[in-house]
Amino acid sequence: MIYLSIGNVTDNVTENDSDSWRFRCTVQWICLETRGYKRYSKRKEVFIMKKKLLSAVLSAAMLATMLTGCGGNDSSQTQAPAADTKTENNAETKTDDTKGDDAQANASAASGSGKVYYLNFKPEQAGDWEELAAKYTAETGVEVVVQTAASGTYESTLKSEMAKSEAPTLFQVNGPVGLATWKDYCYDLSGSEVYGQLKSDDFALKDGDEVKGIAYVVETYGIIYNADILNDYFAKDYAVVKSVEEINSFDNLKAVADSIQENADDLGVKGAFTSAGMDSSSDWRFKTHLANLPIYYEYQEDGIGSTDAIKGTYLENYKNIWDLYITDSVCAPSLLSSKTGEDATADFALGDAVFYQNGTWAYTDLSGNGMEDESLGMLPIYIGVEGEENQGLCTGSENYWCVNKNASPEDIQATLDFMNWCVTSHDGCDSLSYIMGFVCPFKAFDSYPAANPLVNIANDYVSSGKTSVAWTFTTMPSEEWKNGVGSALLEYAQGTGEWSAVETAFVDGWASEFAAANN
Amino acid sequence: MEKAIKKYFPIFALPTLLAFTIGFIIPFILGVYLSFCEFTTVTDAKFVGFKNYIRIWGDSTFIHSLWYTALFTIVSVLAINILAFAVAMLLTKGIKGTNLFRTVFFMPNLIGGIILGYIWQLILNGILAGMERTLTYSSAYGFWGLVILMCWQQVGYMMIIYIAGIQNIPGDLIEAAKIDGANNRQLLRHVTLPMVMPSITICSFLTLTNSFKLFDQNLALTAGEPSNKSEMLALNIFNTFYGRNGWEGVGQAKAVIFFILVALIAVVQLKATREKEVQA
Repeated sequence: MIYLSIGNVTDNVTENDSDSWRFRCTVQWICLETRGYKRYSKRKEVFIMKKKLLSAVLSAAMLATMLTGCGGNDSSQTQAPAADTKTENNAETKTDDTKGDDAQANASAASGSGKVYYLNFKPEQAGDWEELAAKYTAETGVEVVVQTAASGTYESTLKSEMAKSEAPTLFQVNGPVGLATWKDYCYDLSGSEVYGQLKSDDFALKDGDEVKGIAYVVETYGIIYNADILNDYFAKDYAVVKSVEEINSFDNLKAVADSIQENADDLGVKGAFTSAGMDSSSDWRFKTHLANLPIYYEYQEDGIGSTDAIKGTYLENYKNIWDLYITDSVCAPSLLSSKTGEDATADFALGDAVFYQNGTWAYTDLSGNGMEDESLGMLPIYIGVEGEENQGLCTGSENYWCVNKNASPEDIQATLDFMNWCVTSHDGCDSLSYIMGFVCPFKAFDSYPAANPLVNIANDYVSSGKTSVAWTFTTMPSEEWKNGVGSALLEYAQGTGEWSAVETAFVDGWASEFAAANN
Repeated sequence: MEKAIKKYFPIFALPTLLAFTIGFIIPFILGVYLSFCEFTTVTDAKFVGFKNYIRIWGDSTFIHSLWYTALFTIVSVLAINILAFAVAMLLTKGIKGTNLFRTVFFMPNLIGGIILGYIWQLILNGILAGMERTLTYSSAYGFWGLVILMCWQQVGYMMIIYIAGIQNIPGDLIEAAKIDGANNRQLLRHVTLPMVMPSITICSFLTLTNSFKLFDQNLALTAGEPSNKSEMLALNIFNTFYGRNGWEGVGQAKAVIFFILVALIAVVQLKATREKEVQA
């Protein structure tokens, strides 16, 4: 009888389970079964049946817990060393001379036991950073883990990662406002080598005398245009201007966009501008980057660099350019809420749209989608302010490296070494300027002229005497302010809200968010 | 056997108790403590008393999401339970292919909430595209989208519970009622419904708490767009905690209030439906 039951149980175990499970559950079964049988054999048969059922259920439950327990262990064990094996593999392929392993061990011993965990902000360059980290590991044996937060989730990822015992040693803040949140976590970089490599103090983010952040990439944005389609357009008889140089004010830009929109079919496009998507992967182009212009001009007029209460002097101009974006567009304004950044990239790369508001960082995505360097151009974002013929592109940085103060001294040292390596070694400079397409404000990069055509266009604007527009959006009081403006912009575009809501979110929202952030 | 069970009690219960302590009790106490603190990361909190609880009421999105969630809960509890009961009634009549239908109805429940959310986002956006609209155009689209999604996911599960309840009704009871001349409606009202009351208790409890705590489907379907208008309570708490710097404690305080609300509603509901249960 006992053996019969064993047979039943083992049959229940699926074929691919290991023999040890069979053994364990068999043992379990025998214990319960024999005990039950001995004690109750003299009682009614029904009762025995019940007990049998109970023990069967119990052993089945045990089996289930053991199986799930085992499954859990397996997956966690394979997950943890995955990073290790990856870096090891990379290390081995690079140092495949006879003493590869020894060399690696020595190197890591020499540079201390520190390791680097970089929480990267830029999803566009996620893979490039991982490659660079692997190169560094191969060269020095120091472990570098690179994690990239998904677009628009950096702050939340950082927040949860920083609470862990294995917190990022290298992370990013986006400027003074971001620093306000994280300054208690930032290591003072003023004595570091990498700070010494900076071309100018303008690129350091300071809190009093302490250097809390270092800008590692300077970026530029404007209205990227498709030169091929635009040249086609200039040759048509309905063209309102005949060259790109003539597009030097908002009125001209609007005239060109309107006539392109009108003759879209003839030009083979769907609209003048790409979809102004308000999905979180794209809405920063408008609630942050486009909003920079009215703020910049207001700061200029008032001669200030930041404020606790914005007046909204140039909101009318903001409205005009936003109206242009949503009217002369490839899609109906009612669809904007779900349009993503990828949609806009696709609109532009496939030649469905002529104008695309974005920056130098978009180059990798555009060339990856088959855009030729020659067909890319960039215009300043004209919003109809007096004297804007001399306005250049918007240039600045919102990418500041910060080192986690709470990391162990070895890890901090390893991180500083890694940062310095990135901006001084050949591999680092090469990767940052040619693979990632960055403009980096460090001394060594003078010998690595940019390959990114959008960067060269930006440089041309500067050398031809145009005034760059500074990135004032780093002084926006909070993310919540941006979200408020973005939501109001979207509702206005859809027709479900009024422009006055944008004004309220812009002006009143600034004051209340500034107060909330600084109380 | 009795002794044996006592002897083995720690072996059986300890792993669960341990897991429960680590996975629930400790985080819960920590969470309540954090709701009285100001912090950037959970490891360096500073005690501030009731400040966070006061700040909640300065956040208009919380009140909005509270009403939005309440409305959603009422609609979805009614829709899911009525549909599930109807399907269960149909599938206990012995029609052909009953087992196949039961399986098909149950299947959506096996798919995770996030995936379901994205699937339905595609489907609904595809349909709405014909009208040049998207799900995030207004919160009403998001609302009904969520109701449809939740029905699709939960009806099958509740159906199984109702089927079990209906099959448990003794045949002689129905036979007696029929001999007494009860028509179908009377049979349903005076025999079936009272007899499946335990199932109704379970199902309404499950749907009520599920709807109130809904998070992943909400996140995947609309993510609270537009302007946080389709944001339910759980997502609102998440966004407060992770989306606003300096508001982490407020998010935590909201979570505590959320817990009290859910517990309160569940207890009241259980008491109310339990009273209606009868013994055959």
